[in-house]
Amino acid sequence: MAPSNPQWPNPRPAAAHRTLGESLRRNGVSRRGFLKFCAATASMMALPPSMAPAIAQALERARRPSVIWLSFQECTGCTESLTRSFSPTVENLILDTISLDYHHTLQAAAGEAAEHARETAMRENAGEYLVVVDGSLPGLGANPGYSTIAGISNYDMLMDTVADAAAVIAVGTCAAFGGLPKADPNPSGAVAVQDLVKDKPVINVSGCPPLPMVITGVLAQYLTFGKLPELDEYNRPLAFFGQSIHDRCYRRPFYDKGLFAETFDDEGATKGWCLYRLGCKGPMTYNACATMKWNGGTSWPVEAGAPCLGCSEPDFWDAGGFYDALSVPPGNTGDTLMMAGVVGAAAGIGAGLAGRKLAKSAGSDHKTVTVDELEQKL
Amino acid sequence: MTEAVLTRDTGAVETPLETPLETPVESFSLARGLQALREEMDAPVASFFSSCVHCGICATACPFYVETGDPKYTPIHKLEPMRILWENEFTLWGRIKTKLGWDKKVTDEMLAEWEPLLYDSCSMCGRCSMVCPVGNDIQYMIRKAREGMVASGHAPEGLVAASVRAVKTGSPMGLQWKTLDVQIKHVETSSGLEVPIDKQGADYLVLLSSMEIINFPEYLEAITKIFAHAGVSWTLSQQCFEATNAGIQIGSKDIAAALVQRVVDAAAALGVKNVISPECGHAYTAIRWEGPNAIKRAYPFKVFHIIEVLDQLRAEGRIKTEGKEDDRLSLHDPCNLARKSGVIQQQRNLMDLVAENFVDLKEHGKYQWCCGAGGGVSSNERAEELKMAAFKKKKAQIEEVSPDRMVTMCATCRTQLEEGLEEYTMDIPVVGLTELIAEHLVESDEERGVRGE
Amino acid sequence: MTSMDFLMLTKGPLFQLAVAIFAIGMLARMIEIFALGRAHNYAAPRGSAMAGGLRTMYKRFHTDPGTFKAAPFDVVVGTIWHIGFIVALLLFIPHVELIKSTFGIAWPALPNPVVDAVTAITILGLLAALVHRLSHPVKRFLSTTEDYLIWGVTFLVMLTGYLAYNRLINPYPLALGIHILAAEIFLIVLPFTKLTHIFTAFVARYYNGAIFGRKGVQS
Repeated sequence: MAPSNPQWPNPRPAAAHRTLGESLRRNGVSRRGFLKFCAATASMMALPPSMAPAIAQALERARRPSVIWLSFQECTGCTESLTRSFSPTVENLILDTISLDYHHTLQAAAGEAAEHARETAMRENAGEYLVVVDGSLPGLGANPGYSTIAGISNYDMLMDTVADAAAVIAVGTCAAFGGLPKADPNPSGAVAVQDLVKDKPVINVSGCPPLPMVITGVLAQYLTFGKLPELDEYNRPLAFFGQSIHDRCYRRPFYDKGLFAETFDDEGATKGWCLYRLGCKGPMTYNACATMKWNGGTSWPVEAGAPCLGCSEPDFWDAGGFYDALSVPPGNTGDTLMMAGVVGAAAGIGAGLAGRKLAKSAGSDHKTVTVDELEQKL
Repeated sequence: MTEAVLTRDTGAVETPLETPLETPVESFSLARGLQALREEMDAPVASFFSSCVHCGICATACPFYVETGDPKYTPIHKLEPMRILWENEFTLWGRIKTKLGWDKKVTDEMLAEWEPLLYDSCSMCGRCSMVCPVGNDIQYMIRKAREGMVASGHAPEGLVAASVRAVKTGSPMGLQWKTLDVQIKHVETSSGLEVPIDKQGADYLVLLSSMEIINFPEYLEAITKIFAHAGVSWTLSQQCFEATNAGIQIGSKDIAAALVQRVVDAAAALGVKNVISPECGHAYTAIRWEGPNAIKRAYPFKVFHIIEVLDQLRAEGRIKTEGKEDDRLSLHDPCNLARKSGVIQQQRNLMDLVAENFVDLKEHGKYQWCCGAGGGVSSNERAEELKMAAFKKKKAQIEEVSPDRMVTMCATCRTQLEEGLEEYTMDIPVVGLTELIAEHLVESDEERGVRGE
Repeated sequence: MTSMDFLMLTKGPLFQLAVAIFAIGMLARMIEIFALGRAHNYAAPRGSAMAGGLRTMYKRFHTDPGTFKAAPFDVVVGTIWHIGFIVALLLFIPHVELIKSTFGIAWPALPNPVVDAVTAITILGLLAALVHRLSHPVKRFLSTTEDYLIWGVTFLVMLTGYLAYNRLINPYPLALGIHILAAEIFLIVLPFTKLTHIFTAFVARYYNGAIFGRKGVQS
């Protein structure tokens, strides 16, 4: 088990009664730093800057809600994304303001004690706690043995935990859309959380992994307004997923001018031209990477010279090669053409011979037009 | 069958030809017409019908549409029955549609409706074939479609009559050798030259057209003079003097073959190496291009239009001329000669020889406009009004350059030009190019001596 | 169905299906044409049929002055939108990538804004062509349901491409999916309609040129 973080509050229900503002100050976050965070959050959510004090006020007063984090068929990348910070950032601290009562990777407790913590949190915060899920899970009808925790199938644990939850946040593309486990041929019968949870609000925070700020931003929004954010057709918060990578990409002017890198080491790549021809899925990908960037705003894949993989979109694993342009269809069109060509040739020869025979037999049946026949017409 | 008809018909010239009464007379029918159309389907036809996008450009090239403004005269529309048959029976998709009962059928009524479109309003000038953006040779298909029309009994009466006369009398106008003989005597008297008849081993067999013999006897005198001048060995044949081919016009390869076979037999009988088609457009395409295919074998002789021969003589320096016409002359290229046979430069070379003031019509050569009378239109009395309507395009072309006289080298075109110009009271005489050349020949002392000067 | 599902359907199985129908249909059509063959020509040629045929395949791109004068609208608008269609099809970078992935051959493409402008002009050209078809007596007379249907299919391909490129339909996977679907409809109907002229016009031109060329006329 991971060593317990000294700043990490013990999963004691009592901690839930401390307000967020108190918690932040205890952790040495200045008022100024806190307001900056609120302003950033407001802008991320496309709210006017005047809303920042309201967010701050709301957050200050917010009770630390209980959060149960379930990890199913996942790679821990989402957790890594959330926790990998170089210094205690505001994002990091906002985590301190929730009562993370159950999290495999991060919690100190193990075995039955861990499961007990989950059950306690569920009981004490019934109807109020949030469930965060990362990873997909074997769906109904699939072999549940592909993924179990403490002898409990992922399905049972999810349905049991979600039963009294206020809402579910599916973090990462696996939880949101099935992700890598669901990729063709999907051996474990993996499904996304929203495929199973129908009676609770599900917020999808997709990405492989999702941006840490997006995870915390969604939590902040929930804490601020006490309600779920506006969602897109995939139940993703519009505030973060409303615009495509392509529309916010700093390399977009090169696309518009028709300047493209064609290999990873050509002139275009050196000059930072558009990566469309190298397989960038930016035009069809909706995420906030281009504006929020990664590693504390240091850089993001396209800036590092890598085409966007489209990781926040459903089935991105099966949407064609990562390095094939967006317009290239998955599957082998050349083979289809060859096979169709053979069938077409056969059909053509068949039809052609029939037509030829028709014309030829008309020729051999030809009845000579005679002058007497013509004369009869006069 | 064809052979029997052919051999029986050859030889008899003075009297009407015997008819093959022993064969039971088949009757024309829709089924036979459709079968004839099926026979005509080939790769070019399939590619043409596959390519039409209904753009209507062909209409702008057709004098019958241009001068009437009636969209039903759009060339490709004239082929609709043939296209329907092609689609129904010669395409996979069409066969599926036919099986499902979604096909449109070609009926006898439809063919009857299309008869005036295929005959009265089409001179098979081929101008549409030159302009179609996708490359459809519409004229090629019209020729084929007429096979179906004949076999289904939908050929116009005028053309049927001409075909019957051509096969039975040897001339579409019913003209007989004795009429020609009178002309020959007349030419010999006026020129003092001999018109060779049935001369074995002559270099050239000269054919004539009935229309020429009746309307333009000057032609025979002109070639008699020119050939004497140039020292050409030539002959007429009593066995076959007629070059025209009503079978090509009505659209029956059987009738065409019967008529072409007479030429082939006459050439063989005299052992000539070359056959000269007269100043007639369709006669040339009939013998030069369609004939060998109608009889299904290559000729043992070459075929020339008189203009080709004259230009060759000119190039060889065998024609010496003096003086030039100084009035403004323009030229009408017969469709069959220029666009459909590639004889375009030759007539211009000859014009340069005898004309000081020659001006070409704006669109000439392969893009010239039809006079409106070709393709059997002039033999089809019913088409008279359309024929004169179509002439308006030619008239406009002539008005554009306002010549003093028009020169041409096709008796049908010449007749149409004369009639048309008269109808519109334009005082522009029309002359044949061969005559014009003959008028400018330098006479040698010997020739003068013969004529007693 | 989400927009991504739709895009994956159109990019995946539907695309393969459309390509297969197109290839089967078009190849069958071509073989069907050639199988009919031509009768042997016994007449002595004046010129080369093959040279004439090959020349006419190209030369019909140039309109003769008489036809230009008689139908300037057809020539200008027809040329513009045909060239626009071909430029958008063959010189747009995403399309070049598609061709490269399918056939392994590629060629230089045009900058996106150029293709965008060409597409806009082509769309206008197609609209003008439709108005002309509805108003010109010969065109209206000749036009069948198929002619209007094919106009629609062609127009939709261009329009949806324009909308997708300019991101005027959201989300983008939906826009792209609609465009791909329009292209698939185009491919599927191609072998069974007058769209075959894309290929057969060259065959027709060859035969036309060969028939005339044999007689010594460059058609």
